[in-house]
Amino acid sequence: MDIQLLGITVLWVFLYGYLITASIDFGAGFFAYYGELTGRDHIINKIISRYLSPVWEVTNVFFVFFFVGLVGFFPDTAYYYGTALLVPGSIAIILLAIRGSFYAFGNYGAKKSRVYTFLYGVTGLLIPASLSTALTLSEGGFIEEVNGEVKFLAGELFSSFYSWSVVLLAIVSVLFISAAFLTYYASRAKDEPALELLRKYALFWSAPTILSSILVFVALQQHNSVHFERTLDYAWFFIASLFCFLIATYLIFQRKRYGTAFIFVMLQFFFAFFGYGISHLPWILYDHITIYSGYTNETTGVYLVIAFIAGLCLLVPSLVLLMRLFLFDAEYVKGNKS
Amino acid sequence: MSNLELDSAMLSRLLTSLTLGFHIIFATLGVGVPLLISLAEWIGIKRNDPYYTLLARRWARGFVVTVAVGVVTGTAIGLQLSLLWPNFMQLAGQVISLPLFLETFAFFFEAIFLGIYLYTWDRFKKPIYHWLISIPVVIGSTLSAVFISTVNAFMNSPQGFDMVDGVLTNIQPLAAMFNPATPTKVGHVVMSAYLTSAIVLAAITAFHMLKGKRSTYYRKALKLTMTAGFIFAIGTAVIGDFSGKYLAEYQPSKLAAAEWHFETSENADLVVGGFLDDETNEVKYGLVLPNFLSILAHGDPNAEVMGLDQVPEDEVPPLYIHYLFDGMVGIGMFLAALTFFFVIALRLKRFNTENKWFLRLIVLAGPLSVLAIEFGWIFSEVGRQPWILWDIMRTGHAATSANGVGWMFVLFLLLYIVLGTLCVTVLRKMFKTNPAENELEEIARRK
Repeated sequence: MDIQLLGITVLWVFLYGYLITASIDFGAGFFAYYGELTGRDHIINKIISRYLSPVWEVTNVFFVFFFVGLVGFFPDTAYYYGTALLVPGSIAIILLAIRGSFYAFGNYGAKKSRVYTFLYGVTGLLIPASLSTALTLSEGGFIEEVNGEVKFLAGELFSSFYSWSVVLLAIVSVLFISAAFLTYYASRAKDEPALELLRKYALFWSAPTILSSILVFVALQQHNSVHFERTLDYAWFFIASLFCFLIATYLIFQRKRYGTAFIFVMLQFFFAFFGYGISHLPWILYDHITIYSGYTNETTGVYLVIAFIAGLCLLVPSLVLLMRLFLFDAEYVKGNKS
Repeated sequence: MSNLELDSAMLSRLLTSLTLGFHIIFATLGVGVPLLISLAEWIGIKRNDPYYTLLARRWARGFVVTVAVGVVTGTAIGLQLSLLWPNFMQLAGQVISLPLFLETFAFFFEAIFLGIYLYTWDRFKKPIYHWLISIPVVIGSTLSAVFISTVNAFMNSPQGFDMVDGVLTNIQPLAAMFNPATPTKVGHVVMSAYLTSAIVLAAITAFHMLKGKRSTYYRKALKLTMTAGFIFAIGTAVIGDFSGKYLAEYQPSKLAAAEWHFETSENADLVVGGFLDDETNEVKYGLVLPNFLSILAHGDPNAEVMGLDQVPEDEVPPLYIHYLFDGMVGIGMFLAALTFFFVIALRLKRFNTENKWFLRLIVLAGPLSVLAIEFGWIFSEVGRQPWILWDIMRTGHAATSANGVGWMFVLFLLLYIVLGTLCVTVLRKMFKTNPAENELEEIARRK
């Protein structure tokens, strides 16, 4: 495996980690706000705030590791994506900032205002929508290089069927992943009313997840047929993903083994995400940057890969440790210890 | 920076300054406060003194709020590096991306242990185990400052590569990180962060004392913060002096501009303050310290100090940095003197460290120390102009060509105003609804 492939794989793992942990976080915020709107907030909000307190900062690090690593490993991405993503990227930052600090202010600052839960909930959907534009851009057709200047074709992005299908998939996936996890968490906390509600949410969002995935494939074929052809070469990834989805949904439906169900949800997205990634290769930005053309120099590359892997070795056990201390500590989960 | 058009480059500068100017407040506290928390908890355990332990607990609670804002603004600048300066990142990214990545690594290391620290106060049988968790928090916060400072040092003193026909070759990332500017930059950033954090915490304590709260809790807090502040102030000043010597050797034009030193000469005088006559380059009403510039630059009153006469006109940075430099040093001297007097007063029982005027000065020192940080950073960044990468890439050439920076500036300005206001409001509420007095009662009851 050459170093460029190793590098992009590790970066992709960071992004996958962000996908899962952030989805749980974003979706939970939305459910919390939705719960408040429908008068069911006392049921699920307790569960949600217990989970989120220690883990939200960790989520952010996955994201930062990804984009700092990406720019470091493939400096040309800074040039193309940096220029093109000025507006969507800035909006994403602002949304993340609102969410991150409102969260901290709300929980540590005592007051739970309507405005706060609204922003918290709404950013939970807007952020995945805005971040997904980066992946959409990678398919090509939205960035032009004219006279050595990079131009972002915003009009194309807003009127693109593919672009909107990705946004839809992002939002729906967030809700499904989050609901599946919270169902499991509620079952551990032995909170029956919350469990019932969240299980319903999980089942509700399961079908749209698969349907929007199919929609994305259809749209991809129209937008970037080269990539689409390659996904067919890696079809077994997506079949595995579907298989995991079916197992997960079945388990939740049968009210069995919610923890295992969530593992299968994670695997569902693992296969889909890596299938997407591997079929995307060698392009990082279609028609402009490949993992070979955009690669930094050998020395920096080696140091970075070592740092990435060390970062992963720190990140994953830390997450497990945090899970152990807070999520899976029975007393903490049931709310007996603070 | 003679043209003041609001083009993309200028707007990018403004937005970057806005984000960094706001972020640095929280980042500075983020680096220094963990050390003070750890110190307080340590003393609390060693002396079996619940007042110090309470201090650590309460500081940690407030700290979490500032960390949150620090994280989001840090993410903002991390992304804005690529969004606003894509050409710079494309070039410099090849050489200096390692410490950029390591900074996040160190911060993450800190954040994990901070989370554990906050949620496990009473979960261990021996309190010393809890204190041990504060160590990685301090290490992480200090290291993240170290790594990010090496990036800034690299921008000032680039090395670790060869430039052949506009292409970077023979890249050595470690040499790039450990460049000539690194020791003084890292030292000064870390030390001044410790200093500012100590002074801000002292100021808060003094503020409470002025309102009439004089319990032992506050006295001990003041003693700890001001004593620590004294040590850090000396450290900051010494490393500051070394920084001056670094500048004289490697970036003499930055020093010359800061000191309004127009003619290369020996026995160079140092001018504090004053007004500059644009035409004649004469300084009026400045306080002249004879030979002091030579001493600052080379440690020898007879040494020759390079003047702006040796610098091409389009490479002279804006001269208003003189005021920033003087402001920063002036405040630094004030902080050193204030903490020095406090430490002396502690020894000599004659002087009352709780004198109202003295406490007022300490309260004033809080915002002044933060102002000094801003002055210092703005001086460093503006003083490096017109370069974003010294002698290699000009700031104007590094900026994005995308439209919309102006709008983004407005959005971020609004965001930071809201965040700043909320942060202050939340902190005030947090401590008002649960004043130390409540927890102190608990302690008294248990005794």
